[in-house]
Amino acid sequence: MSAVGEERLADALLAARLCAVDPGLGGMILRGGGEARDLVLAELRTGLPGWASVKRMPVHIDDERLLGGIDLAATLARGAAVSRAGLLAEADGGAVIVPMAERLSDAMAGRLAAAIDGDARFVTVALDDGIEAEERSPAALMERLAFWIDLSHDRHSGHGPGAEVPQAAAPEESWTPDQIRDDGEVVTALVAIAVALGIDTARAPLFALRAARAAARLDGRAAIAEQDILLAARLVLAPRATRLPTAEEAPAEPPPPPPQDYAGEQEQGSPAALEDVVLAATLAALPKDVLARIAAGTARDRRATTAHGAGERRKSGARGRPMGARAGLPGGGRRLALIDTLRAAAPWQKLRGAAGRVAIRRDDLRIRRFETRAEAVTIFAVDASGSSALARLAEAKGAVELLLAEAYVKRAQVALIAFRGTTAELLLPPTRSLVRARRALAELPGGGGTPLAAGLRAAQQLAEAARARGRTPFLVVLTDGRANIAADGRAVRAAAVADAMAAAKAIGAGGVQAAFLDISARPGPEGAALATAMRARYLPLPRADAATMHAAVRAVQPR
Amino acid sequence: MRVSFPFSAIVGQDEMKRALLIAAVDARIGGVMVFGDRGTGKSTAVRALAALLPPIAAADAGYQDGTVRKGKVPVPFVDLPLGATEDRVVGALDLERALGAGVKAFEPGLLARANGGFLYIDEVNLLEDHIVDLLLDVAASGENVVEREGLSVRHPARFVLVGSGNPEEGELRPQLLDRFGLSVEVRTPQDLAQRVEILKRCDAFERDPAGFAEMWGRAERATVRRIARGRAALAGVVMPDAVLGFASRLCIAVGADGLRGELTLMRAARALAALDGIAVVSAAQISAVAPLALRHRLRRAVLDETGSTARIERALEELAA
Repeated sequence: MSAVGEERLADALLAARLCAVDPGLGGMILRGGGEARDLVLAELRTGLPGWASVKRMPVHIDDERLLGGIDLAATLARGAAVSRAGLLAEADGGAVIVPMAERLSDAMAGRLAAAIDGDARFVTVALDDGIEAEERSPAALMERLAFWIDLSHDRHSGHGPGAEVPQAAAPEESWTPDQIRDDGEVVTALVAIAVALGIDTARAPLFALRAARAAARLDGRAAIAEQDILLAARLVLAPRATRLPTAEEAPAEPPPPPPQDYAGEQEQGSPAALEDVVLAATLAALPKDVLARIAAGTARDRRATTAHGAGERRKSGARGRPMGARAGLPGGGRRLALIDTLRAAAPWQKLRGAAGRVAIRRDDLRIRRFETRAEAVTIFAVDASGSSALARLAEAKGAVELLLAEAYVKRAQVALIAFRGTTAELLLPPTRSLVRARRALAELPGGGGTPLAAGLRAAQQLAEAARARGRTPFLVVLTDGRANIAADGRAVRAAAVADAMAAAKAIGAGGVQAAFLDISARPGPEGAALATAMRARYLPLPRADAATMHAAVRAVQPR
Repeated sequence: MRVSFPFSAIVGQDEMKRALLIAAVDARIGGVMVFGDRGTGKSTAVRALAALLPPIAAADAGYQDGTVRKGKVPVPFVDLPLGATEDRVVGALDLERALGAGVKAFEPGLLARANGGFLYIDEVNLLEDHIVDLLLDVAASGENVVEREGLSVRHPARFVLVGSGNPEEGELRPQLLDRFGLSVEVRTPQDLAQRVEILKRCDAFERDPAGFAEMWGRAERATVRRIARGRAALAGVVMPDAVLGFASRLCIAVGADGLRGELTLMRAARALAALDGIAVVSAAQISAVAPLALRHRLRRAVLDETGSTARIERALEELAA
């Protein structure tokens, strides 16, 4: 196991202890990690008081169980209302473990966030098994948890807490965060680092301050020392960075005047010096993928949003067009179909010896079914190579913009893949945000070879991923069809054409709906052949402007 | 109940505070939409305002089933969670009583609880469209009509709708946006001193909520008085024809869709005058509230990059010249 991995695990264990000392830190996101996560959870368990309960929150928990409500099955069995406390209430003072946090719906995340903001005090540990950069825990939840720790590169097994980690001092019952005096300087330093790293939320420096205090307390010190600030900045602020500090802004920024109440005590050096030390340490701790994440944008794709695009139909228990009823227990968004329930119970009334009121058993319950439309995702794969001359690229961009605007009106999602040079790049993961789409388009560069195979493969992967999440993909490929870069990056034309054809056939076999827009000045047979292999509508548009392209795609788009 | 962060202690965000105060003075404005990033104090401000307002008569708050209620209750503040079902929002058959006692009873939903107070929806842009439609309909009519599962119930549901969201994560349909009276854009201040101050106040509040609230009690009471005076003065504020003309010219100049913009602009200007103790509305109030009332109603190409606020300011300058 690598030294970096050891360090991350040590960080995670430390974060667990800090959370146990001060549940106000909210908790942590643990990304990946396999068995190493169990160590972290065990560490948290030891830190919490003995009476505290640690609850695991299943992904498909319903509202009644999460927040408390009537226990329907027990109510029916007993004939009197039976209510039970929710899982979050039971975990008060303890911890809630959220497995598969990257699949957590925004609605669930919203409820958790409301509970964290509310009176309940529990530590939340979100276990995030996401692999792709865009598979992340819901932003509303991440925002409220102090620590984001990525263990994903570790395959840890059977390793106890490392020797370099100091053993946790059991927190005393009476302790509250007040007892540790902080220093105006600390506040200024943490805020300055947040600003330098482009962290906008006010919660981040607040968490950092709490973490520093908890760290000091863990070491049995009464005041925050430099190492506590370093720790807090590394654990809380570094993972949230959205940009790197620019050269002139990092060290040279004049510190604001120190607050009056601490003006006299300057033993720890000037605020500027402290900031610099901490900022340097924080930068060193920036995760390697942070730049990739910054490039990808922080907004998570929205998979739990409304289905109002033109997608395939699917059954749903919560909304849509009514489809009749079936047996089942209401709850979790499923609604009781009262009339059908009564109808199911009616024939048995005499046998059940009902006197006065209707005797309904659990088996009689019927729930309503609805039909909704799955959300549509339009995936644009745009050829930005040199052979698709620059003017054509501008037109393609124009057409994509028009389609984007329309997808927005239809509440569909859009994604954008560009291929040029030797690779294909996902410029815009599926989103409904016009702001991001516009930015991605504006940044679309042109020139280089035509790695058509890579572009088609990327498009297919994205389409399959969208389908796996219950969305309906629609693929729009804009290219001149003249592949000259093979799938392995070699500039061999024959191999490039063969690879492109294979990729096109794979799309055809996958059954993804597609349209192939041939934007070359003289559409040749290559484009038509590829379109046939893809089972896509072929639209040769040699002299089309943006508006014509838009109209053409619109005409073939599924409705 | 937990102590709320004092409204007066919120650093900066003057536009948001002003919009909320205007909505508190005149509930007919039609709600406030707050756009901005997480952690900019959106929900803190809304909660703070609700906690600040003096208790109202029990007969005007919460679910009114026709029985007479006496006394005063705090202003309701209801958080509508993302993913709330229609049942929870509008109310539904009381399952417990239907199954247990065989009684057909109505279990009031969140709309009933919000009556007389605030209904706050974080991330309104991610809320299911049919729930948003329903909310806006009730917010406009002030009454919730339930016709389902054999129930036929209608009850008052007058509340100030406050939505918040981040446009980076999906946008709100224009027709829904138009239903919000005022819209505010909040940003994290980039000024170091201001952010240090925010952190200090939040920290002081977290350590000793009651003591911190006490410290700001004076400023809070002044705000309460200002709102009360504003409400009392609202009916008497005069709106001269010349100012109405100015408002109309402004709406035409920026290309604001529909009459709702003009109406909101007028009401907001009047509420602002009442808040500030001014008897006659002038162009100054119109200019002050114009970005709030109009910025989300401008007709624009969806991919247009020019900010709406800039367009309104330009139009104001041209009209003043």
